[in-house]
Amino acid sequence: MAMTLEEFTKKSEGIRRNFRKGQTKPAEIVVGMGTCGVAAGAQDVYDTLINEIKRLDLAVTVTPVGCIGMCEQETLVDVVREGQGRVTYGRMTPEKMKRVLQEHVIGGRVVEDLVVGNLEGDEEQPYPGLDFYRKQKRWVLNKCGFLDPEKMEEYLGYGGYQGLVKALSEMTPEQVIEEVKKSGLRGRGGAGFPTGTKWEFARKSPGNKKYIICNADEGDPGAYMDRSVLEGDPHAVIEGMIIGAYAIGANEGYIYVRAEYPLAVHRLEIAIKQAEEWGLLGDRILGTEFGFHLHIKQGAGAFVCGEETALMASIEGERGMPRTRPPFPAQKGLWGKPSNINNVETFANIPLIIRNGGAWYASVGTEKSKGTKVFALTGKIANTGLVEVPMGITMREIIYDIGGGIKDGKRFKAVQIGGPSGGCLPESLLDTPIDYDSLTQAGAIMGSGGLVVLDEETCMVDLARFFMSFAASESCGKCTPCREGTKRMLEILTKITEGKAVMEDLDKLEHLALVVKDASLCGLGQTAPNPVLTTLRYFHHEYEAHISEKKCPAGVCQSLIKYQVIPEKCTACGKCQRACPVGAITGKGREIRFIEIDRCIKCGACYAACPFDAIAKV
Amino acid sequence: MSGHDNTEAKSRGIEDILTGYQGRPGALIPVLQETQEVFGYLSRENMEKIAGALHIPFSKVYGVATFYAQFHLKPRGRNIIRVCLGTACHVRGGEKILDAVSKELNIKPGETTKDLQFTLERVACLGACGLAPTLMVNNETHGRMKPENVPALIQNYRGRDREETAVH
Ligand SMILES: Cc1cc2nc3c(=O)[nH]c(=O)nc-3n(C[C@H](O)[C@H](O)[C@H](O)COP(=O)(O)O)c2cc1C
Ligand code: FES
Repeated sequence: MAMTLEEFTKKSEGIRRNFRKGQTKPAEIVVGMGTCGVAAGAQDVYDTLINEIKRLDLAVTVTPVGCIGMCEQETLVDVVREGQGRVTYGRMTPEKMKRVLQEHVIGGRVVEDLVVGNLEGDEEQPYPGLDFYRKQKRWVLNKCGFLDPEKMEEYLGYGGYQGLVKALSEMTPEQVIEEVKKSGLRGRGGAGFPTGTKWEFARKSPGNKKYIICNADEGDPGAYMDRSVLEGDPHAVIEGMIIGAYAIGANEGYIYVRAEYPLAVHRLEIAIKQAEEWGLLGDRILGTEFGFHLHIKQGAGAFVCGEETALMASIEGERGMPRTRPPFPAQKGLWGKPSNINNVETFANIPLIIRNGGAWYASVGTEKSKGTKVFALTGKIANTGLVEVPMGITMREIIYDIGGGIKDGKRFKAVQIGGPSGGCLPESLLDTPIDYDSLTQAGAIMGSGGLVVLDEETCMVDLARFFMSFAASESCGKCTPCREGTKRMLEILTKITEGKAVMEDLDKLEHLALVVKDASLCGLGQTAPNPVLTTLRYFHHEYEAHISEKKCPAGVCQSLIKYQVIPEKCTACGKCQRACPVGAITGKGREIRFIEIDRCIKCGACYAACPFDAIAKV
Repeated sequence: MSGHDNTEAKSRGIEDILTGYQGRPGALIPVLQETQEVFGYLSRENMEKIAGALHIPFSKVYGVATFYAQFHLKPRGRNIIRVCLGTACHVRGGEKILDAVSKELNIKPGETTKDLQFTLERVACLGACGLAPTLMVNNETHGRMKPENVPALIQNYRGRDREETAVH
C-alpha cells in the first residue's frame, strides 16, 4: 500500500471525515481491555457479551479499547445508545453485563445502580461530572480508552499521523528539533533532560548510521503509565519515534519493552506491521527519501536495563551492565553508533507538539516544566488509577481532589514518588508543586510517574527496607559502592526492623547512603539511597521508636509486634481459632480466647478474621 | 508444552531456532528467550549448542543466562505463578498472597512442585498496580487478590491442566 505523502493525506482525511459516521447499528458497547481491565475480569465480561449478542441476535457493535484510567472501577463497560449519550458502567461482571444488555441495550433504561459516570466531555476531559477527572488534562492519554488500539483506521480517525505528515512535508529536521525545544518538553523517563537538546546532540553527532531507541522497560515497581500508553495507543509512540528518527537522521530503531508486558508487546507488533503496510515504516516513507525500520526487543527481567547504557548493552545481547558516560549515547551508543534514547511518554508527546506547535505545548505547566505528566496513582488511595495532570499541580490536589483521599477513612502518612530512586514526602510537603525542580529540592524526584500513597498502617522503616532490598537485588554488581553499599544498608535496615539496632546505626546508615549516592557508577546506585534519606529526614521518629522503644508504631514489623486478645471485646465466637494456621489460640466453647505467644507466628490471620476488633497488635 | 517429553522434536527445535538467528547481531538474548519458550528452561546442552552456533564462548552464554531474572537453568512447572511484590502490592498485602500460594502448593518461592505442575516466583510489578495485590499465572494477570481466593484460583489451573492432558 505504498503511498505518497499526498495520497496518504487524502486517504487519512477521508477516514477522518467518515470516522464512525457510518455506524448504523443502534447501540455500541465499549469494553476496557487493558491489562488492568483483563486482570479485573474483562475477558469473561467480553466473552459473555459476545455470546449473548449472538444468542439474542442483537445489532450492536463491540469495541475493545485500552485503559481510560479508572482502575478502581475496572472492569469498565460503556454503552452508547442513540439519544442517551455514552454511559459508563463500573465493576462489571458477566452477570451484570447480562443485566445491562437486557435493561439498557435492549430495554433502553439505564441501569442506574451500576453507573460510574456519563462520558459527556471530550477526550481531554471525558467525565466533567467526576472528581477523578475534573483536574486532569489528558493529552498523552487522549485516545487511550477511546480507540481500538489494534486498528490503524481508528488512530487515523482520531487524527493520527498528521504530525508525521506535517514534519515530512513542511519541516526540515532542524525545524522539528526547534519546535520540540520550543515546547520545553523534558524527558519523562525520570531525569528530565530537555528532549529537543538531546535530539540536537544526536543530529549533530557525525556518522551516517544512527539509532533511535524507545525505553519501555518501565522497571519502577508501582508504575504502569508506559504500559497503558503502549496498550491503549501504540501508534502514538511509533509516530513519535518516526518523527524523532527523521529529526536526528536515524534509519533504524528499537523499542525495548519488558517481557512482563505481553499485551503491550502484542499490540506493538500489530501496530508496527500496520505502519509497514501503510508505508509509514520502511524505505522511502510516503515516497520521500527518508527511510526508517523499527524492531521490538523484549527485556529479560533486570531493573538496571532501564538505564540507557545498560539497555543498549542488553540490545547488543550482552549482560545489561551500565557503561561510564561520557561518551554519551549521542556520541557512541548502540553498536558504537550515535544513538538517541527516550521514554515512551516522551515519544507519545511528540506528535501533539508537532501538530499543535511548541508554543501551544508550552502554554501549560510551570516555568521550567512544561506540558502534562502521567502518574500511576496507587497504594492506600480511594481511587487508584492512571491520571494525567498539568505540571505545577500540587500533590495535595492529586491525592485528595483526584484520588479521593485515603482508602477506608485511614490517615495519610506519606506519598512515595519516583519508585526505588525516589523519595517519601510527608503531609507537610503536600503542597509541593509537581515539577522537576521542586521535587528534587524536596529530596524526591519526578521519576517516571509512580505515586504510591501510604497511610498510617505503613511502616516507613519497613518501606525503606523494601526499596533497599529491591536495589540490592537489582544492583548489577559492576561497581563496588552500589553492590556492597546497598547490601550493607539493607543489613542495617533489617536490624532496625528486627529491633536489634542501636542509635549509632542511624549515623552509619546515613553516612553509607551519602557515599553510595556520590560514588556509584550509574543512576541505580546514585539514587538507591533516596528512600532511606527521605525517610530519615521526614520520619526520623519512626526509626527512633524501632531502636529505643523496640516498637513499630505502624504495627508492621513482625519482630516488634505481638497479637493479644482484648478480653472485653471477645465474644468467644472462635473465628480466630479456626483461622490460626499453627493452633496458637487456646480456649473452648464460651471461654475467652488466648493467644500463646510462643507458638504465634505473627501471621495476622486472627487479626483479619476477628469480626469484633477484639485482637490487638501491641 | 514444556512438560511433554518429546526429545526428538526438541532436538530438532534448537537447530530450527538457531538457523533463524545466525549472523544477526545481538541474537543471543532472543535465542535464549525462544529456547526457553520451547523447552521451558535452558539446559547446559542447549546453551553449549547456542554458543557453538553463534560463535561465542560458552562462558558468555552462561553469563547472560544467569544475569537476567527471566532465564532458568532448571526445569520449571507447566504453570508459572508469579506473585507481585512491587511497591503498590507490598503496601496492600502482597506477601500474604505469596504466603497463601506457597501454602496451597506446599513450595517456597523459586521452587517447583514435584509433579512439575506449578512453579512459584516473585516478581516486582506486573503493571496492574491499581488492582493490587496482583499475581500472574502464565500470561494471565489477576487483580484484587485475597488470600482466601487463592485455593480456588489454583484449582482452576489444575483443572485446565487435566483437560489438556486428557486431550493429548
Ligand atoms: C536504574 C535505572 C532505571 C531506569 N529505568 C528507566 C525506565 O524503566 N524507563 C525509562 O524511560 N527510563 C529509565 N531510566 C532512565 C534512562 O536511563 C534514560 O534517562 C531515559 O530513558 C531517557 O529518556 P527521556 O529523556 O525521554 O526521559 C532509568 C535509569 C536508571 C538509572
Ligand atoms: S506493584 Fe504489583 S502490579 Fe505493580
